[in-house]
Amino acid sequence: MAVILKTENINKSFHVPVQFQVLKDISFEIDKGEFVSIMGKSGCGKSTLLYVLSTMDTDYTGELWLEDELLTGKPADRLSQIRNERIGFVFQFHYLLAEFTVLENVMLPAKKLGLKSLQEIEHEAMEKLKLLGIDDQALKLAHRISGGQKQRVAIARALINNPSIIMGDEPTGNLDSKNADIVFDIFKELSDVEKLTLLVVTHDEDFAKRTDRIIEMADGKIFKHSHNHNA
Amino acid sequence: MNYRLLLSISKTHLLSRKKQSIIAALGVTFGIGTYIIMMGFMHGLNGLLDGLILNRTPHIHLYNELKPTELQPLEKAYEYRGKIIMVQSIRPKRTQNHIKNALPIIEFLEKQDYVRGITPQVKAQAFYLGGQTQLNAIITGVNVLKEAEFYNLNDYIIEGDAESLNNDENGILLGAGVAKKLSLHFGDHIQLASTKGDIQSLKIVGLYQSGLAEVDNIQSFVNIKTAQRIMGKQSNYITDINIKLYDMAEAPSLARKLGDILGLTAVDIQTANAQFDTGTTVRNIISYAVSITLLIVAGFGIYNILNMLIYEKMNDIAILKATGFSGDDVKRIFIFQAIIIGFIGGLIGLVFGYGVSVIIDNTPFDTDALPTIKTYPVVYRVRYYVIGICFAMISTFLAGYFPSKRAKKIDPVDIIRGQ
Repeated sequence: MAVILKTENINKSFHVPVQFQVLKDISFEIDKGEFVSIMGKSGCGKSTLLYVLSTMDTDYTGELWLEDELLTGKPADRLSQIRNERIGFVFQFHYLLAEFTVLENVMLPAKKLGLKSLQEIEHEAMEKLKLLGIDDQALKLAHRISGGQKQRVAIARALINNPSIIMGDEPTGNLDSKNADIVFDIFKELSDVEKLTLLVVTHDEDFAKRTDRIIEMADGKIFKHSHNHNA
Repeated sequence: MNYRLLLSISKTHLLSRKKQSIIAALGVTFGIGTYIIMMGFMHGLNGLLDGLILNRTPHIHLYNELKPTELQPLEKAYEYRGKIIMVQSIRPKRTQNHIKNALPIIEFLEKQDYVRGITPQVKAQAFYLGGQTQLNAIITGVNVLKEAEFYNLNDYIIEGDAESLNNDENGILLGAGVAKKLSLHFGDHIQLASTKGDIQSLKIVGLYQSGLAEVDNIQSFVNIKTAQRIMGKQSNYITDINIKLYDMAEAPSLARKLGDILGLTAVDIQTANAQFDTGTTVRNIISYAVSITLLIVAGFGIYNILNMLIYEKMNDIAILKATGFSGDDVKRIFIFQAIIIGFIGGLIGLVFGYGVSVIIDNTPFDTDALPTIKTYPVVYRVRYYVIGICFAMISTFLAGYFPSKRAKKIDPVDIIRGQ
C-alpha cells in the first residue's frame, strides 16, 4: 500500500521557559486510506506532533515526508502551498472566518489554490456541504450557525481541495456527545466510502477505538500501535 | 497571484466593521481635503499678492538716476596723481532726467529675444487744480495698451478702460484718491498745471485705484504724447524704460549687463521686491507643514485601527495560514485594507477639498487693493489633486505596512495552541 505520511526520528524541544524535549524519536508511517488516531494524556506532545506533521511548525529535527516528498527544510511559501493543496485541517475550535458566509469559508482554500473557475469551486463547495448535510446553511454567516454545524463546515473546507490527508486536532473535543457522534460518523464515512486518509489527535478513548489504528503517546514517545480490526 | 481573492477578503474585513473603516477613511479625507484647500487658497493668495506687487513691477527698470559724479575733474588731472585731494561741498551736475537716445535704445531692446515687452514711460510732475486747491501730481505718460497687456493695468481701473484712454489724447486715467478729494467723477474735466505753469484741461476717461492711498492720491496716467506735451518736450523724451522678460530669473544678470552697456541705472525685480519671494516661500512651507501634519495624524489613526484589527483577527490569520495562505498573502490582505482606506478616503478628500475651495472661491472678498477682485482667490491645479491622492496612498500604505508585517509573522500554532 502507498505510504502517504512518513516521519523519521522527529525530535523537538521547547527552550522557553525551560529546556524540555517534547518529541522524542517519532517514527511512523500512515498508509493511504488509513484512519489513524493519536492518543495520549494532555501534555504528552500529541498536539505538538500534529503541528509538526501539519508543516505549520518547522522547528524540529528529523524528516517529514508527504507522498514521497521531503517536507523538512522546505521554504515557508512552499509549505503554505502544500498545506493548501494536500492537507486538510479540522481544529478543536471551529475556526471559521466569522464575517464570511459558510459557502465562502468552504470555497476559500480552493480560491487560494486557483486551479478551477469560480463556478466550479462554488459547485464543489456545495457538493461538500451536501455531503455533510449542511447545504441549507450555505448562505448564512459563519458565526450564525451552531457549534456542531461549524465543525461540519470546517470538515467541508478541509475537503474542498481533495487533499492527500485530513488532520484533526481534537475535532470532537468541543462538541456535545450527539454532535461528536455526528462528526465521528462523518470521518468514518469519509474513510470507508471516500477512502480518505485521516489522522486525528484525540484524548477520547471511544473515538480512538473506532479508528483503524491507534498511536499511543506518552512523554513525547510513541509507546504503542494498536490496530482495531473490528473497527 | 490571487490578488482578487486577497482583495475580496480585505473588502469583507472592511465592510464588516463599517464604523471603524469610515472613521479611518475620514481621517484621510480631512487630511487630503485640508491639503487641497490649503494649497488652492494659499496659492490663490500668493497669486493675488504677486499680482499686487510683482505683476505691476517691471522685471528690469531702466532710468537715469541723479547722482554725484564719481570722479571729480580734479582727480583726473595728471599733476595731482597720488596727491591727497580734498573737494568740499560737491554738488551733482545738472543733467537731464530723460534717457538719452531713448528711441534707438527701445528699438535695440525690442530686438533682443529675451525681451517679452518694452513699455516706455514719461514721468512728469504737475499739480491738480481744483478751485483754489493745488494737489501734487505725478503724471505718467504710458502706452496704455502695452501697460494693460504686460502689467495688468486693467485690473486697477475701476471705471472706464484702457482703450478709451488710448483713443483720447486729452484723456486722463485719474487716481481714485484725487478724484475723491476734488469731487470729480468719470467724464468730468480736470485741470493740470505743469511745473512751468502751463494749464491743461483733460477729460477723465477712467479712474485708477492701486489700493495704496499714497499712490492713488497722486498718481494718474495719460498717453505718452500727452505727458510730453505737458512737459513741453519732443517725442523722443522718455524718462523710464520698463522691460518684461520671458524668464524673470534672468533679471539680475541682465539688469547688470544692460546698465553697463547703456550707461543707465537698471533695477531688477528681485532687488526691488526681495521680501516678496520670502513671503511666498514661507506661505508654501506653512501650507505643506499643516497638510503633512494632518496626514500624519490620519496615518496614526489608520495604524491604530489596523493594529487593533489584527489583534481581533488573530484567529482569522491562523486559519488563513493553516489553510495555505502564506505570510505575504496575509500581509497583503492588511496592506490592501490600508490602501483601500487611503484611496477611498483620499478620493472623498479631493471632492471635499474641491467643494470647500469652490465655496471659498465664491465668498465675497472686498479689497481696495485689487478693485477687480470680488471673492477670495483660489487656484485649482490638477497637480494638487494628483499629489493629494498620492500622498493619501503613500501615508496609508506606510501606516498599514508595519501592522501588516506583524500579521505576517504571527505563528498560527501559537494561536491554535493558545485556545
